Amino acid sequence: MTTSIRSLAADLRQGTTSAAELTQDYLQRIQRLDQQLNSYISVAPERALAQARAADERLANGDSSLLCGIPIAHKDLFCTRDLATTCASKMLANFVPPYDATVVERIDAAGAITLGKTNLDEFAMGSSNENSVFGAVKNPWDLTCVPGGSSGGSAAAVAADLCLAATGTDTGGSIRQPAAFCGITGLKPTYGRVSRLGMVAYASSLDQGGVMAKSADDCAILLEAMAGFDAKDSTSSERPVTPYSQHLNKSIKGLRIGVPRQYFNDQLDATMAALLQDALNELEKQGAKLIEIDLLQTELAIPAYYIIAPAEASTNLSRYDGVRYGYRCENPTDLQDLYIRSRSEGFGKEVQRRILVGTYSLSSGYYDAYYGQAQRARRLIAEDFAQAFSHVDIIASPTTPGPAFALGSKTQDPVAMYLEDIYTLAVNLAGLPGLSMPAGFYDHRPVGLQLIGNHFDEATLLRTAHQYQQNTDWHTRRPSLSTGAEA
Amino acid sequence: MNWEVVIGLEVHLQLATQSKIFSGSSTRFGAEPNTQASAVDLAMPGMLPVLNEHAVRYAVLFGLGIGAEIGRRSVFDRKNYFYPDLPKGYQISQFEQPIVGKGSFTVTLSDGTTKTIGITRAHLEEDAGKSLHDAIPGASGIDLNRAGTPLLEIVSEPDIRSAEEAVAYLKALHTLVTYLGISDGDMSQGSMRCDINLSLRQPGAIEFGTRTEIKNVNSFRFVERAIFSEIERQSDILEDGGVIIQETRLYDAERDETRSMRSKEVANDYRYFPDPDLLPVVLCDETIEAIRATLPELPEAKRERFKEQYGLGDYDAKALCDSQAMAAYFEEAANAAGDAKLAANWMLSELAAQLNANNLPLKQAPVSAQQLAQLIVRVKDNTLSNKMAKQVFDALWQGEGEVDAIIEQRGLKQVSDSGALETLVNEVVTNNPDQVAQFQATDEGKQKKLLGFFVGQIMKASKGQANPKLVNELLNKALK
Repeated sequence: MTTSIRSLAADLRQGTTSAAELTQDYLQRIQRLDQQLNSYISVAPERALAQARAADERLANGDSSLLCGIPIAHKDLFCTRDLATTCASKMLANFVPPYDATVVERIDAAGAITLGKTNLDEFAMGSSNENSVFGAVKNPWDLTCVPGGSSGGSAAAVAADLCLAATGTDTGGSIRQPAAFCGITGLKPTYGRVSRLGMVAYASSLDQGGVMAKSADDCAILLEAMAGFDAKDSTSSERPVTPYSQHLNKSIKGLRIGVPRQYFNDQLDATMAALLQDALNELEKQGAKLIEIDLLQTELAIPAYYIIAPAEASTNLSRYDGVRYGYRCENPTDLQDLYIRSRSEGFGKEVQRRILVGTYSLSSGYYDAYYGQAQRARRLIAEDFAQAFSHVDIIASPTTPGPAFALGSKTQDPVAMYLEDIYTLAVNLAGLPGLSMPAGFYDHRPVGLQLIGNHFDEATLLRTAHQYQQNTDWHTRRPSLSTGAEA
Repeated sequence: MNWEVVIGLEVHLQLATQSKIFSGSSTRFGAEPNTQASAVDLAMPGMLPVLNEHAVRYAVLFGLGIGAEIGRRSVFDRKNYFYPDLPKGYQISQFEQPIVGKGSFTVTLSDGTTKTIGITRAHLEEDAGKSLHDAIPGASGIDLNRAGTPLLEIVSEPDIRSAEEAVAYLKALHTLVTYLGISDGDMSQGSMRCDINLSLRQPGAIEFGTRTEIKNVNSFRFVERAIFSEIERQSDILEDGGVIIQETRLYDAERDETRSMRSKEVANDYRYFPDPDLLPVVLCDETIEAIRATLPELPEAKRERFKEQYGLGDYDAKALCDSQAMAAYFEEAANAAGDAKLAANWMLSELAAQLNANNLPLKQAPVSAQQLAQLIVRVKDNTLSNKMAKQVFDALWQGEGEVDAIIEQRGLKQVSDSGALETLVNEVVTNNPDQVAQFQATDEGKQKKLLGFFVGQIMKASKGQANPKLVNELLNKALK
């Protein structure tokens, strides 16, 4: 099967395939293969086929949108009109929004087809996709391993070719870490580049919707469709969107790539270090300059993030109170009981843990010591990056400390799980764009190289990744899933 | 013992924007429950607030109206608590950086003295919905129509020393905000609600006593009564050697007493923090000056101008400037009639009495300023006597048409033809020789009383249409 949006778009126009046929093929693949992965929470065949018929009509009328007729999937954190949006939580297991997220609306308008909604960690809280009320997602490269999280369903589905591309969200690494674990390309844009309207909030000042696909080129096409100002999201940027895909073919000769000493130190696993060095060497071979830099405030990222994100989450999730929609406990005795039991029964453990941490850190008497201090740390991290970008164009780092880990291996130790995000968190705290691209295999499991860009410079990240992908084939490798009933 | 009363007021003013502060829903009062609640107001997943710029403009107008500092950078915070009428589980408010900072406000008391009351701050926030406990049998309902309605919370310094000052402050505030057009000020619809912070201390003491907060009092009269009853309650406790507990209380108008709310309400930790969904509101000089340019003439300036331009006295000027509608009506009537004094008199007597008796606001008065002016013109040109004018006014009020048509229809023309009147006067004088003799025998000082008899006879003979002024003149001549 052809697996790039650009070539499929050409096929659709040449009539060698149709949107309906393509959609049918993907729906069948999902049906055949996803039992092993659990990457989808819901599949919407009728809706997808109806969209496909509409897309075929548009194509027949000469529609020029590259996404027209392309089957994609949405992380089940994006609201989809008349299609259940669960956030992988019992709290919203039966929630059907009467509206689309702006991202969904824009991708629909480009003519793409929504196959279904992908699995995630509950309310996007987690790094392994094990915190889902619909069960863990398996890594298609190794079914005993996690796909990463929280956008684990999207990553696994793209990797296993159960969709062409998918949306994800990234609050502390939730696009980049699963992209790395599953061997795909994932981009978290600059904070404010993509509308958050209709994207269920975890930590509002860090959340950003983004793209997960098989190549930088596919990412560029999808991001172009969904990025841009939205008057209904006060934090979205009015800056015009760069036509990313038009910048991909420019060489990276002379590009200054910062390599932070604090990220490539002796604490990094030796195999990881070697793989990533190969990738850096390839970039250098293409004419990029590698410049050693310092990011001294990196160690502040984990504590700052795990104060700020839970604090915002603790109030963002207050609306799930069992009163207007979502889960309500049976036979509440009074209002207090309704609140306590609806929320205790409706939220999973990790979500409750973060609500409690966040509530505590915002409490009177603790605010300055925790939230106030974390905000100061956040500013230092942002200044650190600003300093670096005064003499480099992008920064390279590992996406994760190692390859995908075994299912269940970190579920009992939240702090070990939090350390998984050590290379990605700072990017969200600084509001910068970050991309992860496949950079080799650790045993049989993919690893990713993270590229961090300056504010609103997604174009350079995508171009660098695209140039790398022109000369390497890591991104073209696909896991071999056993087909048929034995799964 | 004679305690000194210390009061600070927090006024929640509903701003007169068409739509809510963070959503496009209408703010219209009185709609069917939940028909004005959008996905944002319902706090559906993924919904985000977008600030209504009119609310910001109104808040700035208020700040400029009281000469307060305007927050160049104000920040919206989340005030977290759970309640069924609070859909998000937090209220968006302003905590550390309000849009309006320190200012002050001078009010005139009934004895003519003035009192300046400090304004600590004023901040923007959203209103909550309403719980309905009677709408559904056996269950509580929630109406979120009001959720998200913009409020300006105006916090005064503890500068108020009596119920009279409190009411004068609230009335002056009410006048100001309706002048500014930032609120309809309709208290029956909850457009202006008030929390009263009250404590007592010994006269001359420097420290404040322990205060209580009386929540959500919604009329001038209830504010006055709540203050009286809380003063009495606190002084009873203090005089018995007791201590005041800092708590939140509610005023029960039916029993005319305040009573304690659950103390849990006070112990809330609201966990304020900046709302990450909203950007800080940054106001540059140009924006503030552009808003200042839209400031209308304010009550104080208008009063002074009325005294100067129309020659009104303090009382009339103040009474006419209490509402902008009243002042505008006055100016229109005075200019059209060419007589400010008469316009003021008619408004403050006949018109005010009718409005009061029918419990109507001025804007619903059936007599327009132009009609009143026409009436005054007809008094001035001697077509109508004052008594006739009152009849015409009543007819106008009943909607019987225009002034001249009413005069015509009712045959109300005053007879000012001196020839015709002289005949009448002579007839009456000739027919009543006894009274004439009595009149002429009386001291000049007491003649006035007897004159009434002749006037009465003449008016009766003229069916009330004789010009009384002319009748008096002619009588005086005839009787001498």
